[in-house]
Formats: sequence, C-alpha cells, structure tokens
Amino acid sequence: MAEFIIKRILQAILVLLVMTVLVFFGVNVVGNPVYIFASSECDQPCLTKIIADLGLDKPVWEQYLVFLGNLLQGDLGNSFTHGVPTLTLILERLPATLELAFAALVIALVVGLPLGMLAGLRPHAISSRFIMGFSMVGFSLPVFWIGLIMILIFSVQLGWMPSIGRGDTIPMLGTDVSLFTLDGLHHLAMPAFTLSLIMMAMVIRLTRAGMREVMFADYIRFARANGIRERRILSVHVLKNILIPIVTVLGMEFGGVIAFAVVVESIFSWPGVGKMLIDAIGVLDRPLIVAYLIFVVFMFVVLNLLVDVLYSVLDPRVRLGGKE
Amino acid sequence: MTDAPPVLEVDTLCTSFMTAGGEIKALRDVSFSVSRGEILGLVGESGSGKSLTGFSINGLLSPPGEVVGGHIRLHGQDISTLSAEQMRQLRGRRIAMIFQDPMMTLNPVLRIETQMRDALRAHETLTKAEARMRALEALDEVGIPAPAERLRNYPHQLSGGMRQRVAIAIALLHKPDLIIADEPTTALDVTIQGQILALAQTLCKERGTALIWITHDLAVVAGIADRIAVMYAGRVVEIGDVDALLDDPAHPYTAGLIGSVPARGNRGTPLRQIPGRMPALTDLPPGCAFAPRCDFATAACNSPPPMVGSGRAVRCIHPLTEVAR
Amino acid sequence: MPVAGSPRDLWRRFLQSSIAVVALIVFLTFCVLGFGAPFIAPQNPYDLAQVDILDSLLPPGSVSFTGMTYWLGTDGQGRDMLSAMLYGIRISLIVGLLSGFLALLLGTAVGLIAAYKRGWVDTVLMRIVDLQLSFPTILVALILLVILGRGVDKIIFALVVVQWAYFARTVRGVALVEGAREYVEAARGLRLGGVRILLGHILPNCLPTMLVVATMQMAAAISLEATLSFLGLGLPPTRPSLGLLIANGFDYLQSGRYWISVLPGLVLLAIIISANVLGDRMRDVLNPRL
Repeated sequence: MAEFIIKRILQAILVLLVMTVLVFFGVNVVGNPVYIFASSECDQPCLTKIIADLGLDKPVWEQYLVFLGNLLQGDLGNSFTHGVPTLTLILERLPATLELAFAALVIALVVGLPLGMLAGLRPHAISSRFIMGFSMVGFSLPVFWIGLIMILIFSVQLGWMPSIGRGDTIPMLGTDVSLFTLDGLHHLAMPAFTLSLIMMAMVIRLTRAGMREVMFADYIRFARANGIRERRILSVHVLKNILIPIVTVLGMEFGGVIAFAVVVESIFSWPGVGKMLIDAIGVLDRPLIVAYLIFVVFMFVVLNLLVDVLYSVLDPRVRLGGKE
Repeated sequence: MTDAPPVLEVDTLCTSFMTAGGEIKALRDVSFSVSRGEILGLVGESGSGKSLTGFSINGLLSPPGEVVGGHIRLHGQDISTLSAEQMRQLRGRRIAMIFQDPMMTLNPVLRIETQMRDALRAHETLTKAEARMRALEALDEVGIPAPAERLRNYPHQLSGGMRQRVAIAIALLHKPDLIIADEPTTALDVTIQGQILALAQTLCKERGTALIWITHDLAVVAGIADRIAVMYAGRVVEIGDVDALLDDPAHPYTAGLIGSVPARGNRGTPLRQIPGRMPALTDLPPGCAFAPRCDFATAACNSPPPMVGSGRAVRCIHPLTEVAR
Repeated sequence: MPVAGSPRDLWRRFLQSSIAVVALIVFLTFCVLGFGAPFIAPQNPYDLAQVDILDSLLPPGSVSFTGMTYWLGTDGQGRDMLSAMLYGIRISLIVGLLSGFLALLLGTAVGLIAAYKRGWVDTVLMRIVDLQLSFPTILVALILLVILGRGVDKIIFALVVVQWAYFARTVRGVALVEGAREYVEAARGLRLGGVRILLGHILPNCLPTMLVVATMQMAAAISLEATLSFLGLGLPPTRPSLGLLIANGFDYLQSGRYWISVLPGLVLLAIIISANVLGDRMRDVLNPRL
C-alpha cells in the first residue's frame, strides 16, 4: 500500500507542476504580465518600476523560476485591495468554505444514500420514479438558480432562514467554526443544501445503479441462503459494496463542488474564498485572483490523492492484492 | 436405503416463471426424497431445472419465478406454505446451501470472520468472542489450516478450494438437516474437486446430514452419491440407487448420459453422443420431452409419461429395463 | 455501431415517451422564440432609444406611457422583461449550441484520430483528455475567462475548451469498437484510404453516440454559461444571456420584485431540463455504448 501512495503522491506533484506552468505561461502569453501585478491606476513610471522590481525584463523562463521559487516559499504575492499577502487572506477565509463544502457533502450522503437505495429496491414503484425525476432535476438545475429560489421562498416569502452571511462561530481547532452553534446552523442550512444538490443527484443515481447490480450478486443470494436478515444484508453486505463507486465519483466531483461553492458563496454572501474571488474579480485584484486559482488547483490535487487513498481503504482488493 | 423417515420430501413440485408473455413451466411434477445421511445426486444439463429445484426448496426463487404446485416437506412439516420470515429462519439453520463459484459467493469487501459471524447471528445471539470460537471450530472441521489467520482474510486472499471450504464451513455452522450443493466443484481444479468431494462425503456420513448434490457431471456424482435423480426439461426422468442406475439405466436419456462419459470400461470405443438438444422451456413437446431425440419413441410418447415405480422409478413408457414395482 | 432500427422506427420509439415529446416541443418552441427574437420582441431592449428609465421596476402586466404592455414587467433599467428574455434566450441558445457544435467537431476529430492511429498518438492524446477531464469544468472555465476577459467569442472559446474532452473520450471509445469490426478490416484490405474509412465508415456509426452526448453537453453548456454570466464573467452586459438577466435581478429579490430574476430563471430551467430529457430519451432509444 505504501508503494501505491508514493506513486500517487509523485503523480500529484507532477500535475501541480504542470498546472503552475500552465497558469504562469497562460497569464504571460495572453496578457501583458505587468498588469497582473499592477493596479489599474498605475502610470508609466510606476509600471517601469514594477517591471524592474518584478524582474519582468528578464527572460520568461527565468521569471517562471522566480515565480516558482516564491510559490514554494509560500509567497503568492500581495493583494491590492487588502494590501496583505494573498496567502494570508486565503487561509483566513478557507475554513468558511470548507465548512460549507463539508456540510453539503454530509447532506448529500445522508439524504441521497437512503433515497437511492429506496429507488434501487423498487425500481418501478412510483416513489422510485419520483426520486429519479428529482435527481434529474437536481442535476440539471444551475446552482445559482436553486439558491435564488431558496432565498425567494425561505427568506423573502416565509422569512424562516437568513439569506446572508455566516452565523455565530466558536473557536475550534485553531479557527472559527459555525457548525456547532444554533445560529451558525441556521445560516448554514440553505447554502449547504443548495450546494449539496448536485452531489445528492449523483449519489442517488449511483446508489440506485449500484443497488441494481449488487442486489442480484451471488454473494447476496448466499447471505440470504444463510438466513441473514434483509435489514442486515442491506445495511452492511450491500452498502459496503455500493459505497466504492460512490466514493470514487464523489471524490472526483468534490473539486467541482469547491468550484461551485464560488457561486453559492456569492449568492448567500458566505464569507469564504469563493466570495473573495468574486469580489476580487469585480475590482480586478489580479494577484488575489491568481493566488486563488493556484491554491484551488493545489487543494484539488490533494483531494484527488485523498480520494485514492480512501478508495484503497474501502476496497480491500486494492489494498491487499489478490492471491490468485 | 435405511428405514428412517426422509429428511426432505419433494412431492410433485411445480415451479413456473410468470412473465409478461405467459407462464413458463420450469419444473413439472418433480418428486424425490432424501433421507438422513443420504447423498442424492441431482443430475441434468443446463436448463434442465436442477438449480431451480434447489432454489424452490429453500425459498430463494427470484421473481418472476414462483412455486405453483406440489409440496415440500422437511421432516414431515410442509414448508411450501410458510411465510417469508419463517422461511428465513429455516435457511442456514436447517436447510443450507452451497453455490457454484466461491469467488462470487463470498462478499468481497467483508472479512471471513464478519461473514461467518453474520451467518451465526442470523439464528443465535452470540458475543463476538463466542462467534469467533464457533467460526474457528467450523474452519477446523473442514480442514483449513491456520484458521485464525483465515478469519481475518478477505475472500480474494484465499485460493478457490479454500474459499469453497469456507462456504461449506458456513453451511455447517448451525448443523443443518439438509444441505443443497449447487455445482460446488464445477469451478474448481480437479484435484481440489476430489478433496471437496471427500470432505462432503465424510461430513455427511459422520453427522447424518442429508445432501443434495446438483451437477451436470455424472462422473463427479457417481463416486459420492447414494442415489441419483436425473432431470430433463424440468422433470425427473429417472431416480434410483446409484449402482443400479448406472449399471442398468432404465431411461434412454440416462443411458445416453452414461454412454457419453469416458470411463475405463469404454476406452477405445467412440463416445456416443445424444443427437439434438434439450428443448427450450418455451418450446416443450406435448408429451415426453425427450421423445424427439429418443431412438425408442413411438406415437404413445406424445402424451406425458407417468412416473412408474417407487424407490427406483422412471418416467418412460418404453424403459430399457423394467423397474421393480 | 448498428443501431437497432431504421430512422423511422427510432423516431416512433422516441415518441413513445410522452415526457420526451413534451420536452421536444418545449425545446423547439424556445428555439423558435429565441431565433425569432428580433422579429417578435415588442421592444429591442438594447436600443436605448426605446427604453424609458421611468418605466423601471414595473410589475408584469403594467402599461407604459406609450401604451405598450409590459407583459412580464420591466427591470431596473426600464427594459421590457419579455423582450429582454427573448434576446436572452437567443444568446443562451446560440452560445450553447455553437460551443457544443465546435466542441463536437474538435472532440470527434481528436477521438477519431486517436482511435485510428493508436500507439503513442493515442496515448498522448488521451493523457491530455484525461488531464482536462480531471478538472472541474467550472474551474477551468473560470480560469480561462479571468485571463481572457469578457466577450461572446471568449465564452464560446472557454466552453469549447471545457467540453471537447468528453466528446473525444466517448468518440474514441466507440471508434475503437467500430474499428475492430470486420467491415473495417475488409475496407483496409481493399486498401481504401485511412481518411475514407474514418469518415465513410466509422464516423457514421459514431453518430448516435455523438448525438446523445451533444444534447446532454448542450444542456450543461447552457447551464455553465448561465452560471458564469451570473458571476459576471463571459458575456458582456450589452449582450445579456438569461444568466446575466437573473444576476441583474438578484438584488431586487429581497424587495419582492421577483419577476426580474425568477422569470428568466424559469425559462432557463425549462430549456435545460427539456434538453436533458431529450438527451436521456435519445440515449434510451439509440442505446449507444457510452
């Protein structure tokens, strides 16, 4: 297993390297790079100074190495609008986004798994068709639209939920967490639910498909032949087999969820990195934008790695190798 | 064989598939019995209905299949009318089953210990430690070395023969009255096959468990069975003691089966093949299903032949030998 | 791959699902509305001469100073919502269809080449495809649009970049299967040129798959474009798609002026869902190996 993990880590590093190259050269090739580091009010002498400061008069590959060097030291540049290192800003606001994504994941699983299992058990019942229809709708709807409607119904019309911001937090693990306060949950509910819908739709479909496949497997028949109760068969014998593809796909899609968090944070004014990005785009705070992109790619690659490890934990065939 | 009352009595069992296109009669008037400690070989080619018979007995027919007629009696008690929960309580405890491919039979993501514990807890309340003890004993009985280690393994870490032994061990956990083994050695190497056969035979004789050994391979079952029932197109066409049946088959199909098996006796002579093939269940002839392929068929064979005889019986109006009445 | 049935049979099977028929009608209706927008919209909302700011934020059904009925109300600038939505449908559809089509061309070309050439060409191309597919679409589109700025051509470009890889992967899969069939062996034996085999034999059998993928991708593209527009990327404010309309109206939600956001939202929903239903149904009917 160690060999497997090491191989995956090396692959991840390679991908990261490639991404830094892409981002750097993409930025340099397409636009005048000096504007990445200059605010829009800079005039000619100011620009010249920046060019010299940043070594933009040096050859491109040398610039890349400087860029990479800074990156490895954790220096992603300073934000215009806030005047502090971008990395600091990102790390400050990251917990809120992670909290949101985590809550969305939990909701997707807790609601999606049972619904999917139900749809898989009785594929032709009306309830199953309804569930599948719901999953198709959840899959098609653009995230921002869902958020919109939820605000309209639950905030404006019914006044049940607040539509803006994050609730009260308590310090935990070195940062602020709002999961454990009632007010926090109140604020978290709608954004998390909105974000969860894509994943939920996917979980429902995958669970249902997995059920259809696993329920007819020989080992389930064997379990029945031994007289094991149906409930136990479903909750352990079937579920553990279904989870493997679900975890894989969820892991692959989770990166997309982080990306979609941008939209959700924007709608609900949730103070995470996504909202930070949108604000930065609005005022053209380029260093912040670039820093965000690189950071997200990094997180994404790490995430994929974690999913691979998790997969090997769940599927003993991958972890231990076969004898045959 | 012995005078003990039969463990299992299957009496004119009829199983059908209720499909959108109509009723497909898969099993028709299947009757046989198995006594304590007796091994019955249920022989037939694919599609003859032998596996379905097994599933009909322990209530594991997948829809749209269902038992539509006849009775199944376990120790005299009619089990064909039991509720689903009552059948569940029988399964594993009094009627056990072993399947063909042990790789597919054991759950790939659960440890052996977990699967055995689940099988135990299906019918008894046990602590983890107690279940572990029972599991170790069971693995020991089927001759698995280093059982403690095996418990922690996953199925893919064991060899094919070992997996089948585990399946047998699970089947024996509650000391069932009857074991239905559906082609248990078909997927195994010949040498392993021999070991499993010997194991099954010993266990049955020692414990008095009744065993139905379902197979398409006459040669395999000839060495182990006490009695043989031959199935064709959903019906039992001949049944009797193994020696009498093999030396002196009454049904032309049985004779054909025996003749097509290479054995020391017919070395050098060309193997006889039965011409044609078994009819599909949707396309059965009105009378004897074997008639189209039979050398001895006459017009009378167009009506369903009755089962003649008891103990040794044959469903044929032109049997090759007269069976004792 | 030989599809089970003639076009007429397939069409008839397609029609058996009433939901799919409804979806088809809905989608075609929107296509007609969208492309006919310049002719049927009561007002050209981007012609400043026709827009009166005093008429802003009127609820649906209000009548303007000049006697024109604002059937669906007006937005913050006084633009007629009905007209704005018709133009919005137009842009959304154009962007979605065009980007989908271009991605189809590019992806199919790459997939066919990879399947036909095999060897290292195949490996390299598929590695690129895998890399592209392993990143979430919205992230890639975001990066591209941040770098490129706003504009219709830019968002089409971004959408093509995001979509082509999926086409490439699926077409390659089908082409590989087709390429292994006997008729291709026969054609190679007859020394028919590679391009001719590709275009004349393999490609036609890939069409069912491509059609299904294209439909579902189009729905995704429209959705993605709407999301990007909502975030203020991609389309310029002078050419708002439905997404941008929704974004513009977002601020008025709290004050109860729902029509500016919700109505375009409903239309967007209808388009996306009908496209997805169509794709689903086509997949059932054509049953391609996806």
